[in-house]
Amino acid sequence: VRFVDEFRDAELGRVLASEIVASVEPGRHYKVMEVCGGHTHTIYKYGVDDLLPANVELVHGPGCPVCVIPMGRVDDGIAVAREANVILTCFGDMMRVPGGTGTFLEAKAEGADIRMVYSPLDALRIARQNPDRDVVFFAVGFETTAPSTALTLMRAKAEGVPNFFCLCNHVTIVPPLRALLESPDLRLDGFIGPGHVSTVVGARPFEFIPADYGKPVVISGFEPLDLLQSVYMVLRQLTDGRCEVENQYSRVVPYDGNPAALRVLQEVFELRPHFEWRGLGFISHSGLKLSAAYADYDAELRYSVPGVRVADPKACQCGEVLKGVIKPWECKVFGTACTPERPIGTCMVSSEGACAAYYNYGRLTRERQVV
Amino acid sequence: MDDHEARTPGTPLAVRGRRGQYGDTAPEGTVPPAGRGGGEAGLRLAGTGAGQDREQHALGLIERVRAKPARFRDERITMAHGAGGKATLTLIEGLLAPAFGLGELDDAAHVDGLALTTDSFVVKPIRFPGGSIGELAVNGTVNDLAVSGARPLALTLSLVLEEGLSADDLRAEVEAIARAAEAAEVDIVAGDTKVVERGKCDSMYVCTTGIGRLDPRASLSPSSIQPGDRILVSGRVGDHGTAVMLARGEFELEAAVESDTRPLWTAVDALLEAAGPSLRCLRDATRGGVASALNELARSSGVAMLVREARVPVHAAVAGACEILGVDPMYVANEGVLVAFVAPGAATAALEALAAVPGCEDAAEIGEVRSEPPGIVLVETAFGGRRVMDLLVGDPLPRIC
Repeated sequence: VRFVDEFRDAELGRVLASEIVASVEPGRHYKVMEVCGGHTHTIYKYGVDDLLPANVELVHGPGCPVCVIPMGRVDDGIAVAREANVILTCFGDMMRVPGGTGTFLEAKAEGADIRMVYSPLDALRIARQNPDRDVVFFAVGFETTAPSTALTLMRAKAEGVPNFFCLCNHVTIVPPLRALLESPDLRLDGFIGPGHVSTVVGARPFEFIPADYGKPVVISGFEPLDLLQSVYMVLRQLTDGRCEVENQYSRVVPYDGNPAALRVLQEVFELRPHFEWRGLGFISHSGLKLSAAYADYDAELRYSVPGVRVADPKACQCGEVLKGVIKPWECKVFGTACTPERPIGTCMVSSEGACAAYYNYGRLTRERQVV
Repeated sequence: MDDHEARTPGTPLAVRGRRGQYGDTAPEGTVPPAGRGGGEAGLRLAGTGAGQDREQHALGLIERVRAKPARFRDERITMAHGAGGKATLTLIEGLLAPAFGLGELDDAAHVDGLALTTDSFVVKPIRFPGGSIGELAVNGTVNDLAVSGARPLALTLSLVLEEGLSADDLRAEVEAIARAAEAAEVDIVAGDTKVVERGKCDSMYVCTTGIGRLDPRASLSPSSIQPGDRILVSGRVGDHGTAVMLARGEFELEAAVESDTRPLWTAVDALLEAAGPSLRCLRDATRGGVASALNELARSSGVAMLVREARVPVHAAVAGACEILGVDPMYVANEGVLVAFVAPGAATAALEALAAVPGCEDAAEIGEVRSEPPGIVLVETAFGGRRVMDLLVGDPLPRIC
């Protein structure tokens, strides 16, 4: 694929990997968290961690949008889908996320009309094609996907589509990072910042990480070379004793973000007082709901969603995995009771989830190497 | 409508207790726990220390869980049960195979020198670039026979038609079936037709049952796969599934991708001629793609497989479309690609013979069989890293981010 393969060059990868080996202090153990699930996916898909020295450990952070959806919200989605006359639409990787009352896939098998879409605009199209049905878009994601939901709602309003609604689960990236950094059991040396989110919010919102918590941040792209280079940049900062926000993904990420997208978010959404995160609990000002101007499109207002908080299963340690306190395989139920076929926790659902990524791709890379 | 069946040669057919066939699925099998330490020459433990030991222990536990016979515990059938991944496997190994006393499962059942297989075809839309449901129904079944080492002889054909289907569409598919049968050199010898109310089926479903004569040169079986064997594919992977996905028009994405639907007996014939007994096993990489075929065989044969991603032939447009959709071409369905396992000494000759078959020009050697870790398919990524390539649970679900 043109313009992409250049960032997957194995030869350059080897060069970068040897630079990394040269830049680490032999006796020191480095823990670097990649915040974004997209990075986790790339790391496993290309075996990037295979190229790193043993004392550089990548910790998978809370940036997998479906992984942080609490069980109660899935139940809310199912309840709406079971309402007469509703078509619920969602992204593909939401389909297998377990709630307290099952998954969307199971609700679909039981008769609910749940359809997978690739974009909220597809959901709007379904609404136009089915004027006698209510079409609800189950919106998930960080600032990355929120603008596309916002633009779709603006279009629905402009076109006067009366049967399109949004069940909003959009979240913001900074509050969970702050919550994570406040966590006393956290031991991280630096962060690889989320590239896609940063295309919208910019690099500036991450300045608090070096300023308040003394950890370096490098905003990274999503190709394997991007990630290797970002790891290298984090390690360089540590070696040089620097601590700042650097932008490896400058080909896409402007330091101040995308003002047009930010304006759209401002118009369509407002911050909730608090929102529940899977495994992390309630975090203040971390979730988005539709603003008063878009109240007519808010599925939470149109339907009586149960809104019940469902406690995470006792055995599930998704929270610790999301915080990077334990590796996926250290979870008590990893790979035995909790598998991609029968996930207990959300980290096992999406291929971006730390547990699923490790289970599907990474099971042996840390264990053995073929020379 | 009444059934109309012609006599097929051979003895009465019974499958019970013999080598059976059920869908495109894997044999019931046990996977030995992942080898610890030692193992194949060239494998070594990366690093030491308590962390690694505990990780090994956790991985050992997982392999033990995976090795247990699949149990079918789902309350309802979901779309995942039809996708050819783990959920399908659970359905077959946990419910169907035990109910019918089927042992080793393969692409076709072998009964007294004959091979027998059956398949149902549901595809939406019924016509897509490069083919249609009628062609699939012929090629899918003759290919199951071919990869079991049998020359296809005859097919039966069942049609389930939706009320309101246009006669032109039906005529077009019947003609497509006739043309495909002629190209595959099989006769359609019996059939059945049912019509269901509008909305009870999607235009038309087609079921075909095929019978073939086992080729005396062939002794193909998953159990003959040995470490050192080379893995060949007969063409570019992912074309069919990508063409169908794009033809559904659910994404605003266009690419010049055509289904690869084609009969594979000529390719099998060429392989048998070139490699003879060195040809160990063949598999039709349909639903679930090459990745699922390799996983099923690694599991049933208790071997490991190493695939070199850079050597896997993928059409640039397929690679691009899959990249955008967030799916891996290795898991995308094919309808005219086989995977062949050949002893190392015969691999070059087999590949040359295969590449000379029309439609198989892009055939390639994509990897090899190893002994460790058993039951696992590993990929050496084009980037130089290494990862596991496991069975998917169900359909590949696109990622959002």
